[in-house]
Amino acid sequence: MTTKTHVQTTINGEPVDFLCEPRQSLLECLRDVIGLTGTKEGCNDGNCGACTVNIDGRIVTSCLVLGVEAQGASIETIEGIADGTNLHPIQLAFLEGAALQCGICTPGFIVATKALLEKNPDPTEHEIRFWLANNLCRCTGYDKIVRAVQEAAKKMQEA
Amino acid sequence: MTTKDYDRNVVLSTQNDFKVVGTRPVRHDGVDKVTGRAIYGADYDASGLLHGKILRSPHAHAKILSIDTSKAEALDGVQAVVTAADFPETADKTMELGEDETKLRDLRGNILAKDKVLYVGHAIAGVAASNPHVAEEALSLIEIKYEVLPSVMTTDEAMADGAPILHEDQTTEELGNDSGIVSNVAKHFQHIKGDVAEGFKQAEVIVEREYNTVTVHQGYIAPHNGTAFWSADGRLHIWCETQGSFVVRDSLADLLDIPVSMIRVTPTEIGGGFGGKIPIYVEPVAALLSKKTGTPVKIVMSRKETFEGSGPTPGSKIKIKVGATSDGKITAAHAWMAMEAGAYAGSPVGAAAQCVFAAYDLENGLIDGFDVVVNKPKTAAYRAPGSPNAAFGFEQALNELAEKLGMDPIDLRLKNVATEGTRRVDGPVFQRIGAKEVLEAMREHPHYQSEKKSGSGRGVAIGFWFNIGFDSACNIALNKDGTVNLTEGSTDIGGSRTSIAMQAAEVLGISAEDVRPSVVDTDTVGFTAVTGGSRTTFATGWAAYEAAQDVKKQCIERAASIWDVNAENLQMEDGVISSKSDSELKMTLKELGAQLSDTGGGITGRASVKPRGVGGSFCGNIVDLSIDEETGKITIERFTAIQDAGKAIHPSYVEGQMQGGSAQGIGWALNEEYFMNDEGRMTNSSLLDYRMPTALDLPMIDTVIVEVANPGHPFGVRGVGEANIVPPTPAIANAVYDSSGNRITQLPMSPVAILEAFKS
Repeated sequence: MTTKTHVQTTINGEPVDFLCEPRQSLLECLRDVIGLTGTKEGCNDGNCGACTVNIDGRIVTSCLVLGVEAQGASIETIEGIADGTNLHPIQLAFLEGAALQCGICTPGFIVATKALLEKNPDPTEHEIRFWLANNLCRCTGYDKIVRAVQEAAKKMQEA
Repeated sequence: MTTKDYDRNVVLSTQNDFKVVGTRPVRHDGVDKVTGRAIYGADYDASGLLHGKILRSPHAHAKILSIDTSKAEALDGVQAVVTAADFPETADKTMELGEDETKLRDLRGNILAKDKVLYVGHAIAGVAASNPHVAEEALSLIEIKYEVLPSVMTTDEAMADGAPILHEDQTTEELGNDSGIVSNVAKHFQHIKGDVAEGFKQAEVIVEREYNTVTVHQGYIAPHNGTAFWSADGRLHIWCETQGSFVVRDSLADLLDIPVSMIRVTPTEIGGGFGGKIPIYVEPVAALLSKKTGTPVKIVMSRKETFEGSGPTPGSKIKIKVGATSDGKITAAHAWMAMEAGAYAGSPVGAAAQCVFAAYDLENGLIDGFDVVVNKPKTAAYRAPGSPNAAFGFEQALNELAEKLGMDPIDLRLKNVATEGTRRVDGPVFQRIGAKEVLEAMREHPHYQSEKKSGSGRGVAIGFWFNIGFDSACNIALNKDGTVNLTEGSTDIGGSRTSIAMQAAEVLGISAEDVRPSVVDTDTVGFTAVTGGSRTTFATGWAAYEAAQDVKKQCIERAASIWDVNAENLQMEDGVISSKSDSELKMTLKELGAQLSDTGGGITGRASVKPRGVGGSFCGNIVDLSIDEETGKITIERFTAIQDAGKAIHPSYVEGQMQGGSAQGIGWALNEEYFMNDEGRMTNSSLLDYRMPTALDLPMIDTVIVEVANPGHPFGVRGVGEANIVPPTPAIANAVYDSSGNRITQLPMSPVAILEAFKS
């Protein structure tokens, strides 16, 4: 049995400790060790963006981060986006704009969009498309996703 | 509408007297999906869960001389290893798999190879272990001796004289008869209408050309997955992402030789499918592993396995000849199409033949189809399977014909357009269809009317998918607060729970939100065929319509008994039951619901349907693009999709289908392909190298929903999932020609291919 490492993190604002093997990715730790399955696996090599999480203010594909590298990090996943039963404006915009079909890529898109709008509250269509180019969606053709991001940006600026 | 300021998503409605149908409510499963709560196949967990991995062939074609699993079995943490020898031996039979049919023997051979491997990625053995890493280690300890055989990778190679043969017992079915000739051609069929030779004699202009396409993948974001638990009482329970839980159940019953009553399939949420999640791959392996271990076993494919070990859509060779008189009347057309089935017979060439000429009223037509096995993964359905390959040929040939005739390409199509009563070359006579209306909407669209940007090229094309009916079931129970619970068996890939619930809501006169739809397991609802063939909103929606009618009838009868009046004097509208003669007698569904228990018990409506009135759907594209002459890169500048929905139940999700199908078609046109090396191995089996469109690659995709009601459905629904992937490849090729004068006859039109075409 491989020796496991004790990792201390903050996940969605709460302290979370876990044990992981050196070879386990943060994605695997989130899903299989901690039980946060909202972060999805589409490729496990950093190319689809379904596993996007925010680590210390930076979005990363969690399949390319080792679990042990998360020591001391503050991580935000899709489970931490809503405020209790109050959905985040980005989540509302995706819902109301029909910006999801199968929904498997949606958590990654929402986490990535939140980071975009925190950095750039009023992005152009091109800036949205550029920022989200690491998140693959095979169902929507991105049209309604881009519109949902525009709508969320508008709502968040009005708020 | 003006060019600069127009509605980018238009619904051209013919009927608007609905309260719920045609509106855009928030989908019922939406909150779970934007909060990460929805459980997909890979998210499923169970007590004592083991993880399975599958060993796959490194060779495109080889005999298996021996398999030694002893070292793998001895590894710490490994609980079981299975091979094809663990399947029961049963007689062969033909199996219906939703849109496809296959031989049981072929299905079994594809799931775990027995004597021969037929493609790189062909599954050979399964391992269950305490965690996926141990299972993976164990795979490397399985020793297999192969005798490598020469392989065939294309229809040309497979059809050549003296080609290496995949199946020594496969003889060609030649025009319906067994030829007795052992060959890689499983089948050659023909459809003939009129006299093609005579038709070509009458032609004043003829276009003849060959087109080639290569293997592409559906590209769903969630890889295949499945968990199996074979209980000590003999019951097998499967949790998996599938487009058809009953297909999984029935396939497993045949493969494992157990009754369907012993199998329960729970469909989880599904991370995309597009046809590729109709067949089963990992579920039987997980089941065999669970039987050996007595614990649940989960198998999740990697992305590489998904490319190499699931079912892409075929490469193909299409030869088109079409002739017309000088006024643009098509006198004859011939389509010769050979499609790669992959390792086992069953390419979509039959469906391609149903689609290739469908938009046109041809007096003389001939279609030759060849189903050809090659050393690649067995193909599966992919959104209008076969039709895009065929349209890439014929819809380009039509534009070439239009140019020679000096006609507008849409006018040429309209001159020959199929309408109600047209007999297709493959036989069926069309009921009411919307091909003409789609073409007219294209011609009138501000995009088509606008000036092209300097340097841009513009292309058009249309495509067809016939859509299917098949079985669906639905139950609806009235709650005491007047809401209803709806259970159905169609996996929801793109919002269909809601479009089905809306049809029930319309009948009952309640809001979409007052219907609570659930997609349930195979023990809980009647037989329901696959989510595929654009049938779900059409057929399961119809089941919901009928079940709601049943509820409505029972509500009226109950009110009649409560009021002690004749039910024939009562009506139910907007969720209120009332008397036609006595205005005092009124009761809301909520009021009725509250007294159900005291007045005879609950009310449950039910329906099982197999609708016949299937209505095919046509989709057209207008595309503007520019080409970077230095790099060969094509930029899609403007894209409009126009499709006949019959009736759009939830227009946002109809638009979503159109936009998604367009994006997949654009990817197919510009970048996507399996790069195969000399050894028959895919060299780009990652989402970096298999280049699907990103947000940055696409413009907004404008839509026009045309509504030519399908007379075969209570709300006029046709089904919109598939036709939209058909026109992008020829429309883009036509735009490339318009921009550059180069006729591209090979997909994809990648930068390299464009540069090469420009050189020659």
